[in-house]
Amino acid sequence: MTELICPAGTPAALRTAVDAGADAVYCGFQDATNARNFPGLNFTADELARGVSYARSRGTKVLLTINTYPPAGKVDLWRSAADVGAHVGVDAFIVADMGLADYVARAHPDIRLHLSVQAAASSPEAIRYYCKHFGVKRVVLPRILTIPEIRQIRREIHCEIETFIFGNHGLMVEGRCSLTNYLTGQSTNMDGVCSPASDVEYVQDEDGSMCSRLGGFTLDCIGAGEKAGYPTICKGRYIGSHRPEGYYAFEEPVSLNLSHLLPELIEAGVDALKIEGRQRSKSYVRTVVSAFRSALDDIRHGQTPNIADLVALTEGQKETRGAFETKRWR
Amino acid sequence: MKHLNPDKAAIPRLPRAETITLMSCALVQPLLRRVVRQIATRHPNLFERLGSYRTIDYLIDPIDFPFALHLRPDPLEPLLRAVSRDVTPDAGATIRGRFLTLLRLLDSSEDGDAAFFSRDLEVSGDTEAIVRLRNALDDLDGSIAEEVANMFGPPGRAILGRLRQMYLRRHSAEKLAQA
Repeated sequence: MTELICPAGTPAALRTAVDAGADAVYCGFQDATNARNFPGLNFTADELARGVSYARSRGTKVLLTINTYPPAGKVDLWRSAADVGAHVGVDAFIVADMGLADYVARAHPDIRLHLSVQAAASSPEAIRYYCKHFGVKRVVLPRILTIPEIRQIRREIHCEIETFIFGNHGLMVEGRCSLTNYLTGQSTNMDGVCSPASDVEYVQDEDGSMCSRLGGFTLDCIGAGEKAGYPTICKGRYIGSHRPEGYYAFEEPVSLNLSHLLPELIEAGVDALKIEGRQRSKSYVRTVVSAFRSALDDIRHGQTPNIADLVALTEGQKETRGAFETKRWR
Repeated sequence: MKHLNPDKAAIPRLPRAETITLMSCALVQPLLRRVVRQIATRHPNLFERLGSYRTIDYLIDPIDFPFALHLRPDPLEPLLRAVSRDVTPDAGATIRGRFLTLLRLLDSSEDGDAAFFSRDLEVSGDTEAIVRLRNALDDLDGSIAEEVANMFGPPGRAILGRLRQMYLRRHSAEKLAQA
């Protein structure tokens, strides 16, 4: 049965996700060990223990996200995160770093190991390597594959497949993106901060326009009639000599929404469907999890899925099926 | 986009607008004091997520209200007071939007990022302070708006019920307009 994997940035969001019908909730600690290390977000060890208890009593799993890369020689924080997770009884670790995968496989062999999207494993050979050497049970695929490609990978690997179905449309080679480092000195992959809030500034103009800046550099100036996105370099709009009007050099502010592709994903052999958004509110979690729970239940009962309109929650108020539908999504 | 130009979105300034503002502020100060103290007492964990931002001054500006709100989430001396826009404090962070948008955020029925994407919510100043406040408030179970309404008994709940109907009607009207 295809699982619905849901985000939780706070204990209240975890309870909201469980109550809304999540099969599993993923979350992380309040430090650099996870890729949503945002201010005021995430869990203490005690909060995680209570969250596991709440989820387990309602038949929901908790997956601990430890998906950043430890700086050389500084692995203690990452290992400690795994040890605490094991102590409080999480159902799986989501990791990206090979060294951490090796540690977890040895120190906590009874706990499932999932390979984070941050590992960017997108070929059968890479996935099989992780499975063979670290006992990985599930791979979270990067958002760069078409459904036929996922179907082909399914035939060539023996572990479970998880894909994103809603939220951030991250298309950088995940786990390798260093754009934030250039402007802020902080690392998405090692500090867990993409566009750290402390370096973000919004400047409002009286005409209703707004400029977003990161580390003092302007990423975009949004007119009074335009929708906004996150202040990330990859969603910035830039002026070049060949494009003086400004253009999205990497990617437009847009969110992934695969609600209409759920039957195809399931048919292709996807075992788990993931909703992005640990940085989002309880309201987002409740709305999105409920919508996908309902859709999956419809499919399970042989009915046409009832897809709720989620565009109001999307970045830039726009949604895409991205590479899952075609590699020419732009 | 519905940009937050007060000329367009706020109620018109009346001839004696300043007097009305001052009177409104004076009337609501005791209520605001009670609200912030009770929330702080009931939810001490809220301050953990604020980290070092417990003494920063936030300006929360419902643009269609006669006054703005000044919040300092100091657990030792929490402050929430109504202020005239002509004499706002030197805020470290400002959050601005229509009253019903801000209420929906407090009522846990709207996502802050979505309100930002749609430009219904404007933020400026220290972004980390704003993110921390948002996450701290969002970690409270249920709805703060409901909790505040309950402090004032049946009248409070009745007012919240009316406000919820208003924003549901507005939401429906906006969806129809977009369709």
